[in-house]
Amino acid sequence: MGHSADVIAVKGLRKEYQTLRGTVLALEDIEFSVAEGEFVAIVGPSGCGKSTLLKILAGLVPATRGEVKLHSVSITGPRRDIGVVFQSPVLFPWRTVLDNVLLPIDVQGLGRETNRSRALELLSVVGLQGFEHRYPWELSGGMQQRVALSRGLIHNPAMLLMDEPFGALDAMTRESLNLELQRIWLERRETVLFITHSIAEAVFLADRVLIMTPRPGRITEHIPVGIPRPRGLDVISVPEFGGIVRRIRSHFNAKNGMEA
Amino acid sequence: MREPRNPALRIALLAASLAVWEAAVRVLRIPAFILPTPSQVGAALYRGTVSGIYLEHIWITLAETLLGFALGSVIAFVVGTALAASQSVEYYLYPFIVMFQSVPKVALAPLVVIWFGLGLTSKVVSAALIAFFPLLVNTVVGLRSADEDRIDLMRSLSASELQIFRMLRLPSALPFIMAGLEVAMVFSLVGAIVGEFVGAEAGLGMLIQSRNFSMDVAGEFALLFILAAMGLALNAILVSVRRRVLFWDPSQKAAANAASLKGGL
Repeated sequence: MGHSADVIAVKGLRKEYQTLRGTVLALEDIEFSVAEGEFVAIVGPSGCGKSTLLKILAGLVPATRGEVKLHSVSITGPRRDIGVVFQSPVLFPWRTVLDNVLLPIDVQGLGRETNRSRALELLSVVGLQGFEHRYPWELSGGMQQRVALSRGLIHNPAMLLMDEPFGALDAMTRESLNLELQRIWLERRETVLFITHSIAEAVFLADRVLIMTPRPGRITEHIPVGIPRPRGLDVISVPEFGGIVRRIRSHFNAKNGMEA
Repeated sequence: MREPRNPALRIALLAASLAVWEAAVRVLRIPAFILPTPSQVGAALYRGTVSGIYLEHIWITLAETLLGFALGSVIAFVVGTALAASQSVEYYLYPFIVMFQSVPKVALAPLVVIWFGLGLTSKVVSAALIAFFPLLVNTVVGLRSADEDRIDLMRSLSASELQIFRMLRLPSALPFIMAGLEVAMVFSLVGAIVGEFVGAEAGLGMLIQSRNFSMDVAGEFALLFILAAMGLALNAILVSVRRRVLFWDPSQKAAANAASLKGGL
């Protein structure tokens, strides 16, 4: 770790918030890196500072101390080469599905015409061919999140940040989207940082799981997941899977509200 | 569960209430200068229409209303955008707005007529004054209503403030702005009529007053009927524009919003 192939490198990161009751320490001494083409999951309970960390990585919120580097360049503000997928799809209801996917292209002035075919291709990768002229409110929650995923990838970002993207979906939709995300990742090998509060989801998807504990948010352990891909839903019954899940769960006590 | 609806019953109820009105006035021998019968109102409406006297006055009131609506709306949108965009603009303009808002705009009409004369201009200004506030308030609230997550998304794409305004805040504000426009339209008509009451050479408001002076109450009712029809037609135009522009707003926030505001006058 820490070598030049890292897409993202975080060192000594600290984040304090000023509130009426004084200073709140949200993140302390966060250190990790994500290599090119690696799928890393950060797992932790609600309120452990995961979303704050993601906002710092996306350049939306400044860090109090420490450094965050993307391809060896410090992140000081929003960047054009990061794709973000939020917990809710965050689509624009007045734009069609295709126009929603093309939003980053419009914002960054990258040429609609040249990227139109790319957008259609991404929509077919996520299984939404034929839906390009529909509006978001005509789609189910799972389909909307697929549109958001396509939008996160359209401008060919160096890194895809995903903040509990399937957290608001029902269990079955979530499982099928996990399978699809793995398939898409195996095809395209994007560099992904995936934040979740589901231990099973993290172990299922990631090459490496970072464990985050709350108050203040700290990364307490890195756990590599060596289970071969493609992983099916029956991977839950593999002994190695259960072992890793148990090991992760031992970091959290029951009251932290973790999902299995 | 939806209760059963019968359109025929609806019309029958309307006809019945007109019949009761007609019968009551005849039986109780109420003089026509107090309350005319519906048939007398109908006759007055017919005579006025045939003589062609309404048309000229309708055009004048309509022109005053539409010009006042346009003037008030444009200024309200520009000022509202400035208020929403800048905290310091809001800070410095706030005392003026509170002062202006606490004055009933209708009470300014006599002053407006002194300043702008008996012609069209004073009615346009009076309509614009009354139309101004509902759109101003809705523009500010609408532009500030943009969803935080969507703003974060735009920022994460390194969008400029102008892009965020154009691609996110303005469309997000449209339901509010359309609601404000619907109210502003109705208010403009009120403003034009009030201006005509205070002093005018033409227009439906002037005509109502002249009918009033000659105790032609049936003629007055006929004019009220025309005004109501005008209000409905103007509103219908905006509702159809709203349906087109806000096809994506399934909640039709605008409709509920406009209804609640209109009730306030």
